This record gives sequence, C-alpha cells and structure tokens, in this order.
Amino acid sequence: MEMMNDPALRITDLSFRYPGQPPLFEGFGLEVPAGSRFGLFGPNGAGKTTLMQLMTGLLTASRGDIRMFGEPVIRGHRRVNRLFGFIPQDLAFYEELSPVENLTFFGAWSGLDRVTIRERTDELLTILGLADVRDKKVAQFSGGMKRRVNLAIGVIHRPRLIFLDEPTVGVDVQTRAAIVNYLKQLNSEGSTLIYTSHQLSEAEQLCDRVALIDQGRIVAQDALDNLLAAHRTEGLEGLFLQLTGKAYRDIDV
Amino acid sequence: MYKLWATISKDVRVLLRDKVGLICMFGMPILLVLIVTSIQNSTFELVGKNKVSLLVCNHDTGAVSRDFVQAVDHIGFFQLLPVSGGASDDSISGLIRHKDALLGMVIPADFSARIAAKAKSVTGKVQASFGLDSTGGGGLGPSPGGGLVSGDDTADMPVALYYHPILQASFRRSAEGALYSALQLVESKQILRTLYFSLNEKALPDSLERELLNNRTHLNEVPVSRDGARDLPNATEHNIPSWTIFAMFFVVLSLGSGIVREKRNGSFIRLKTLPTSYAVAILSKQLTYLVVTLAQAAVIFAIGAWIFPWIGLPVLRVPGDWAALFLVTLLCGWCAVSYAICIGVFARTEEQANGFGAVSIVILAAIGGLMVPSFAMPGSFHLAMTLSPLHWCLEAYYGLFLEGGRLKDVWANILPLFLIIAALQGLSFWGLKRKNLI
Repeated sequence: MEMMNDPALRITDLSFRYPGQPPLFEGFGLEVPAGSRFGLFGPNGAGKTTLMQLMTGLLTASRGDIRMFGEPVIRGHRRVNRLFGFIPQDLAFYEELSPVENLTFFGAWSGLDRVTIRERTDELLTILGLADVRDKKVAQFSGGMKRRVNLAIGVIHRPRLIFLDEPTVGVDVQTRAAIVNYLKQLNSEGSTLIYTSHQLSEAEQLCDRVALIDQGRIVAQDALDNLLAAHRTEGLEGLFLQLTGKAYRDIDV
Repeated sequence: MYKLWATISKDVRVLLRDKVGLICMFGMPILLVLIVTSIQNSTFELVGKNKVSLLVCNHDTGAVSRDFVQAVDHIGFFQLLPVSGGASDDSISGLIRHKDALLGMVIPADFSARIAAKAKSVTGKVQASFGLDSTGGGGLGPSPGGGLVSGDDTADMPVALYYHPILQASFRRSAEGALYSALQLVESKQILRTLYFSLNEKALPDSLERELLNNRTHLNEVPVSRDGARDLPNATEHNIPSWTIFAMFFVVLSLGSGIVREKRNGSFIRLKTLPTSYAVAILSKQLTYLVVTLAQAAVIFAIGAWIFPWIGLPVLRVPGDWAALFLVTLLCGWCAVSYAICIGVFARTEEQANGFGAVSIVILAAIGGLMVPSFAMPGSFHLAMTLSPLHWCLEAYYGLFLEGGRLKDVWANILPLFLIIAALQGLSFWGLKRKNLI
C-alpha cells in the first residue's frame, strides 16, 4: 500500500552478484526522496547500470528489498511498471517508424488509451521540437533528434519516477540544454528524476541530490551543495576525483 | 485489446517497410514456383514438344534397320540426329562429350541380317513345335529382311547406346525402355513376315501386317480421385502446393530474425520495463505473419490459376471445397509461424536464426517429400518424414489438389499438424518463461 510520505525509491539490505563473480552489492541501501533530482555517479564498473536495472526490475536481487513509492519492485509488477519511465542509454525505439508511430506503440504498452496518446504525442513533439518531423522515419534523424524521441517515449505516460541513463550522450549543446530544461520542467510538475551520467557539468545543472558509488557501495550521499561544502571542492568533478581516486577503472576482461 | 491492435499496427508497418523481407517472402517463392513448374512441365512434356536429341549412326543398309529408325522416331521421345554411316564409334563419343546430343545409337552393319536370322530361327522352332516341316532352327536360309546370317549369332542385340554421364539413371532407363520397345516392334514384324512366308510362300500383305502390329491395346490412365471428377494432375498442381508451403516456412527469415533483432535492440529493454507482457508482442507477430502466409498462398494460387495459362504452363485447378482449402492453408501458415517464432525465441543472433532457420527448412522439406516424392524415399526415412511439419502440410494439400478430397478426407493430415503446432507453441512458451520474457 502506497503511503503519502513514502520516498520515490527505497533500497534496503540489497545483495546481488552476477553468476560466477564476486558480489557487486552486499547490504546496500539507498533512499531517493520523492520530488528530488537525484544524481547517481561513479567510475566505470562501479555498479551504476546494474543498480539501475535492479531498481527498474530488469534484474532481480538475491536478497534485500526495493520499494518504489512503497510498492515492491518485482519483475512484471504492472502497478510498479506504471509508476516509472526508463530512458536507457541505448536508443530504445523502432528506427523504421516515425516519432508518432513510436509514441503510439509505446504509449499503448504503457497502458494509455488512444485519445491520451494522441494528446501526449502532440504535446511532447511540440515541446521537444519534433512537430515538423512527426511523420518522418526516425532512421533519417540526427543523433540529437533521436535522443529527444528516446526521451519522449520514456515520459509519455507521465511517470512519477524517471530513470535517465546518460540521456544526453552524443548530442550538441543546444539539444543538451533543451533536454535538461525539459527534465527540470518535468521535475517541477512532480516527477522524481534518477539520473546517471559522466557529464558532471550537466549533472551540476540538473541534480539537487547526489550519491557517489564505487565498487558496489556508496562513498558519499547528500544534497549537492552540502557535499561540495563538506569536501571543500568547487565542483562535482573535483569531488568525484577526491572520493574515487584518479586511477583507471578498467573492468576485468 | 488496444495494446494488441497498436502492436499489430507497429508490426505491419515495420514489415511493409522491410523491402528485402517482402521480396524474400513473396518475390522469391513466386520465382521458385514459376521456374520449378516450368522445368517439371517440360519434363512431363518430353513426349510431345520437348524431345531428347539422339544421334543415330546406322552402319547397316538393310530394310530392318530403316524400319527400326522409323519406329524410334515414331515413339516421339527423341529428336533423331542422323550421323554418317561411315562415322566411327569414337566420333559418336566425341559428339556426346561436346553435348551435341546426350544420347547416341550405333546400329551395326549386320543388324538387318541378325534380326532376319533371329526371326528365321524363331519361325523354325514354331514350325517344329507344330510338327511342320522346317528348314529353320539353326540353319541358313533366305530371309525377307535381307542377308543370311547364322541364327546362333542372334542371342545379343548389338545396338550400342552411348550416353552422357549427366543423364540420370531414371532418364536413361526411360530412353532404354523406348528403344527396346522399338526393337521389339521390328523383331515382331520380322518374325511375323518370316512365319507368314514360310507357311504361305508369299509375302505378308501390308493390310494384314498393319492389322496385326498396330492393333495394340492401349492403357487407359484413370487417376484415383476422391470426388471422381479429377483427371490427370499436371505439373502446376504437383508444384504449387509444395512451393507454397516452402514459401510459408521461409517467413522464418523475416519473423525469426525479427524477434532476435528486437531482443537485441535497445527497445527490448524498454519493453521489459512497461506494464505489458511480451506475450502481446508474440501474439501480435503470430497474427501479423499468419496473414502474411495466407497472402502468400493467395498470391501463389492466383498466379497458378490465372497467370500460368497465359505463359503456357498448365492451369491450377483450385479444389472445390473452399472451406477445407482455407483451413488447411491457415494451419500450414500457423505451423510455419509457430516454427519461426520458436527459432526466434531460442536463437541468440540473427545469423543463428537465419542460418539454422533456412537450412532446417530445406532439410524438413527434403525429408517431408517436397523435393523428392515421399513414396520414392528409403524406408528408413519414413519415421523422419512423419516428424516434418512440411510433410503433413503437403499431404493435406495433395489430398485437396490432387485427390479432389474434402475436409473429411484430410483430417488424418490435419491432426498431426495440430500436434506439431501445439508442440512448437509449448516450446516457445517454455523458452520465453525460461528467459523471463513473459
């Protein structure tokens, strides 16, 4: 049962390991307040993507509890799946289709009816500057336009929690600014954002709370201003290097 | 319901924009049906328009050899290419090696004499058995056919038949059978003439000879059809069902690899986070591709019924029981789609889906009787044949197209198809469950 004061996401005593590998998380805990713009950062191999997949139910933990607005996150839990939107790093749509066709299909799969899909499609394409190319095949689009389509699909059902995995990778400055502004707008309308990226300057513009994870554990977590003040650094990049070191983090191959 | 409709709409759009996939699913089978039917039809029409070239080198100058060549020509199976009687056996071999003809026949110089001697020998034995005076047997004597030769030399017929190694055994047997038939005719004629002459001491009248030799009893070919209304099936009716089934199963190239592509695509991650089961996607693909297979069958049947006669190929006579034809086509299509989905669920890469899908269908088609008739297969293949879904599809279609059957006549073929479909669907469901996709 969802409670009024439930955080957007609460992870308690989480353990997870990939088959044949040492544990990536053991007794891991994290809480994302509702309405926040939460940044999740860490070097390569820190476990960000795995954590994102555990939070969205794409992976199942061997132990522990993950709750989204008080609901347990279990694979195929339709009520939970309606609560969040996922914008993966990979472009997750059909390039053979137009933006309208993609939004219609993913909108239906998100549980929306025909009328709502039409309204949201018009709204999103206008906001994201894709109205003029609404019926063109996405395969013909630039990288920035594709990123905006990727974002539109993830938020068509007005999710209360939005997972963003590198949403601006490979786009120009204008597109990045437009996406960041739109994400802030979504947050002001009540959506919680969980964001991960290596673009730390962008993260500083967007996030109000951050968690730094390294080797499956949280090394720092607080409001961004508090963290910068506590560690006497001027920016997120300095804080990142101070807490995670300067050594390369190549994964074992 | 709207989710399913939206998914079908998406699948149809993706399909229609895949031009190569459409060519594979529609263009290739049409081309295949056209080519295979044309080739098989020309084989069916060997006695008629398309004749086999036969070099004829006649070293004999007697009347019997001329009769023999005429009889060979009269069969209608061969196009005779006379070679100078002075040509050597090596030159015949050379011509065949250069593929001027695939068959060559050399008639020896003593052919007429040998036939005549054989006739005289047989006549003598007949007279002896009747208790009549005979100078025949193994002796020497005159013959209406020509020269004198010892009857003891006639045991082997020394006509040499040369053939190119590319000629298949079955084809060679047909050619040999035709030549033996012509030989039989000239031998019988010669024996008759000799016997008549020995009894009446005058030549056999032409009218009587024609009466005796040409008054043959003919075989009346009666195709055993269930409705009793079908006449002999033609090459189109033999080929269209086979290649329609083949085309249906080849949707694996589009559907099987499409499922793999979707699984490996970023969109699949998103689909897994949405409040809809992947079973909807699988159901949508089943329905979309089922319509594709029905469209394939409709297009190929229409070409057989309306386009083939225009281009000189035999017409496809569509079975009268339309409901049975629709049901069999629907089941064949459903089986093909189930097979493709099963491949798509278990394959990890598009290469696996395409490679295994295509090769396995060729194998299933071969053991299912689509390439070689099932009655011609070795006994050890009969069990494997019953495991091929294409076999049951073909048997059901043949029951309708060739035997003129109705729905009640093809139930025995439809039931195994149901079982195979259920097994494929069950296997796909298990695979999806195991991979946590549904």
